[in-house]
Amino acid sequence: MNNIKFTSKDFMSDQNARWCAGCGDHAFLKSLQKAMAKLNVAPWNTEVISGIGCSSRLPYYVNAYCFHTIHGRALAVATGAKVANPDKSVWTISGDGDGLAIGGNHFIHAIRRNIDINMILLNNKIYGLTKGQYSPTSDRGFISKSSPYGTIEDPFNPAELAIGARGRFFARCVASDIDGTVDVLLAAANHKGTSVVEVLQNCVIFNDGTHDAIATKELRRKNAIYLMHGKPMLFGDDNQYGLVQDGFGLKVAKIGEDGVTMENVLVHDAHCQDNTLHMKLAMMEGPDFPVALGVIREVEAPTYDAATVQQIEEVKAAKKYHNFAELLLTNDTWEIK
Amino acid sequence: MKDKIMVKHLDTVVVLFSGDSGDGMQLAGNMFSSISAVLGNDICTFPDYPAEIRAPHGSLGGVSGYRVHIGAEKVYTPGDKCDVLVAMNPAALKTQIKYLTPKSTIIIDTDTFDEMELTKAQFNTDDPFAELGIKNEVIAAPITSMCKESLKGMGLDNKSMVRCKNMMALGLVCWLFNRPVDYAEKLLRAKFAKKPLVAEANVKVLNDGYNYGHNIHASITTTYSIETENREKGMYTDISGNKATAYGLIAAAEKAGLELYLGSYPITPATDILHELAKHKSLGVKTVQCEDEISGCASAIGAAFAGDLAVTTTSGPGVCLKSEAINLAVMAELPLVIIDVQRGGPSTGLPTKSEQTDLLQVLYGRNGESPVPVIAASSPTDCFDSIYQACKVAVEHMTPVFFLSDAFIANGSAAWKLPNLKEYPDIKPHYVLPEQKNNWSPYNRDSHTMARYWAVPGMEGYTHVIGGLEKSSTTGAICYDPGNHEKMVSYRQEKINRIVNEIPDLEIFGDQDADLLVVGWGGTFGHLYSAVALMREAGKKVAFVHFHWISPLPKNTADVLRKFKKIVVAEQNSGQLAGYLRMKIENLPHIYQYNKIQGQPFQVKSLKDAFTKIMEDA
Repeated sequence: MNNIKFTSKDFMSDQNARWCAGCGDHAFLKSLQKAMAKLNVAPWNTEVISGIGCSSRLPYYVNAYCFHTIHGRALAVATGAKVANPDKSVWTISGDGDGLAIGGNHFIHAIRRNIDINMILLNNKIYGLTKGQYSPTSDRGFISKSSPYGTIEDPFNPAELAIGARGRFFARCVASDIDGTVDVLLAAANHKGTSVVEVLQNCVIFNDGTHDAIATKELRRKNAIYLMHGKPMLFGDDNQYGLVQDGFGLKVAKIGEDGVTMENVLVHDAHCQDNTLHMKLAMMEGPDFPVALGVIREVEAPTYDAATVQQIEEVKAAKKYHNFAELLLTNDTWEIK
Repeated sequence: MKDKIMVKHLDTVVVLFSGDSGDGMQLAGNMFSSISAVLGNDICTFPDYPAEIRAPHGSLGGVSGYRVHIGAEKVYTPGDKCDVLVAMNPAALKTQIKYLTPKSTIIIDTDTFDEMELTKAQFNTDDPFAELGIKNEVIAAPITSMCKESLKGMGLDNKSMVRCKNMMALGLVCWLFNRPVDYAEKLLRAKFAKKPLVAEANVKVLNDGYNYGHNIHASITTTYSIETENREKGMYTDISGNKATAYGLIAAAEKAGLELYLGSYPITPATDILHELAKHKSLGVKTVQCEDEISGCASAIGAAFAGDLAVTTTSGPGVCLKSEAINLAVMAELPLVIIDVQRGGPSTGLPTKSEQTDLLQVLYGRNGESPVPVIAASSPTDCFDSIYQACKVAVEHMTPVFFLSDAFIANGSAAWKLPNLKEYPDIKPHYVLPEQKNNWSPYNRDSHTMARYWAVPGMEGYTHVIGGLEKSSTTGAICYDPGNHEKMVSYRQEKINRIVNEIPDLEIFGDQDADLLVVGWGGTFGHLYSAVALMREAGKKVAFVHFHWISPLPKNTADVLRKFKKIVVAEQNSGQLAGYLRMKIENLPHIYQYNKIQGQPFQVKSLKDAFTKIMEDA
């Protein structure tokens, strides 16, 4: 692993990306290719599987074994691909509609099974490819072509759904933040099990500015918090704010005010089995709280694909028949002479 | 004493075990068929059970039946009528009366023919036989009370004792047919290996039933004997269609050098294939019970993308859900085997009953021009050979393939000569070639078969992208060019058309110059064959062809059909194959139709009568 063999270029296909100028997907693609190069897994040992939607066009622009499938089913396809060929690195690319609306069932069950895939959810809170309808992550009251008077339903928070489905890994990043995204993608790839990465991504055409509060480095310092395992939960231009416990909840406090010291600031424990605090962190939103970025939860658990292999090995060792001819003879047979 | 009984030699016999869903009739029937098979008889069975796991006790809707047809020579159907009816309760008697002939013997458990049970079965009097007008010979045995008496003191609770009554009935039937019970004892001891007390109780009751038959012989005029004749030499086992399907998949994977992947969601009557394959991890079989039908199919497509022999199993309602994913396999040109064990439809329909109503759905039930090969199995044992062919076509021609079975052959069983895999044709997955390395696009095609090449993750020099969008026939990139689309549509069709070069021609049974050609497909083979054979014995000039491959149609289809003056297509739907043939082949003689959609197998006699009438029709 010391000799870096691959560069971002090795993961670029010969196709030009056809997303709109200014679309957050361009930046994400760059981050993904960077992360893949750093992971040093060969393109031919890498699979990228997507559903339908703007973001799901991404496999066309990656040099790997790529599969642009059907709406909502990327995770189902990836599940079969990983079980069939467990030593390959499998990525899925979905949007908020693809992953959480039509593909919602596969989303929760892939996570529950804990199959070792890296699940990327590009969340722009809108249906872009069908030209601007509200999605399952659009805020209540959101006005779109299919909700001209505002939506009358509440959105999913992907983290809440993922952790509620027994998610063992959840991370969040902002598409325009290349370094932050690469870090999170590397952590996701190195985690054994289903790694859910929510990428906050801007749709310039139909939902421009939806993530404006955390769009730039400066704004993220103010309105977001980068969580790092083992590090105190600090944010602000000079890390002057921290997250402290407030009863069963969280509170933003200024260090040095109201008797709050560094002692009071919570230290992030991504590896804690209990997901209560992870859920609270993931659910934070402005203006009262910073948006949590980075690896929010990362706990070890048996993976489905490894368990499949293990079970096959165990049964092979226990059973006496190992080919078709031997299988036949396990039946009650009789001979006609 | 036994030698004093008149032993009647028969060519074939049909025994129908029936009772309440919880009475264990499926087990009793299954064991009787195994016992007979071991003695060298040919067998054909038909389990007929309600969709409810436990319908209200004693109700007409809760009757579960298991028909066993045993023969000295080959038997092709589970029989129209029964020679012996076991009716464990009044509801069974009432519902199964339609299978009686005047000569049938009836065995009843008198303990269940009380006022309460008679009322549940909607009898109005206390004499169900008079009420139904039954004048048959009846063996009226107090099966439940004998069971309890026999097992008293063994340490079983009342419920467990009563549960053994199916073995009492089986013992009685074994006596009636001169079947020694030792093999049944062996089966029971194996089945209840972990519950020795239950095993011994069942064995005891089985013998008691046999001895009871022996001791009361005076009241019965006949016992039967079925000898064995003319069976092909070799090792045999008893196999159901679903199990044969699972075995065929395992065999094909081994022959192809591929790992077997099944993505599935439980659905009647296909689930037993999942059960069977899930057992065989020692053969490396991977089964994933998915969150839904869509995922079952989509995950199989993922497994195909990643290089496995990929399969999904379902029934009609599941095919509806999988259709979009199947089309992805059509477009991505990946090998996929889709197993549809047909049941009564539409919607939830008749989940445990048999129909052939999914033919047009699997041929055409997808958006766009979407050709998919379709093969239909003709009997429980043919499930093995047909699924093997389906797998071969899928991986050699890079296409999804539909395999049609139905509840009748899936649950039915027959004696099966153990196959020798060495005698089966090779299966060669259509992998990319070394000379294509670094100079390959995913829609390059084999000029003979038109199949694209399979590049599996891990192969260096063949990274690529495939998907549901139309692709350029040359570069494989997304392409909306009108001419390219039309070309790709025709390529996909031509690829399926060319499979015709590898499938067998239709075979004509019977007279080449017959006055009538009977045409069938799928699980009705046994009934149609038997009907035609009987007609020929009666001197009628009649012929029969049976389709396995329906897409593409065998090469000689048009020639064969045009040879005859009259054609009748017999199927368990409203005329789906008949319509398909009319559409596909011009200048056909008039096609008559014989259609039954009652969720039940054909009746040989009804077929014979209907075909004879068509022959007489000017």
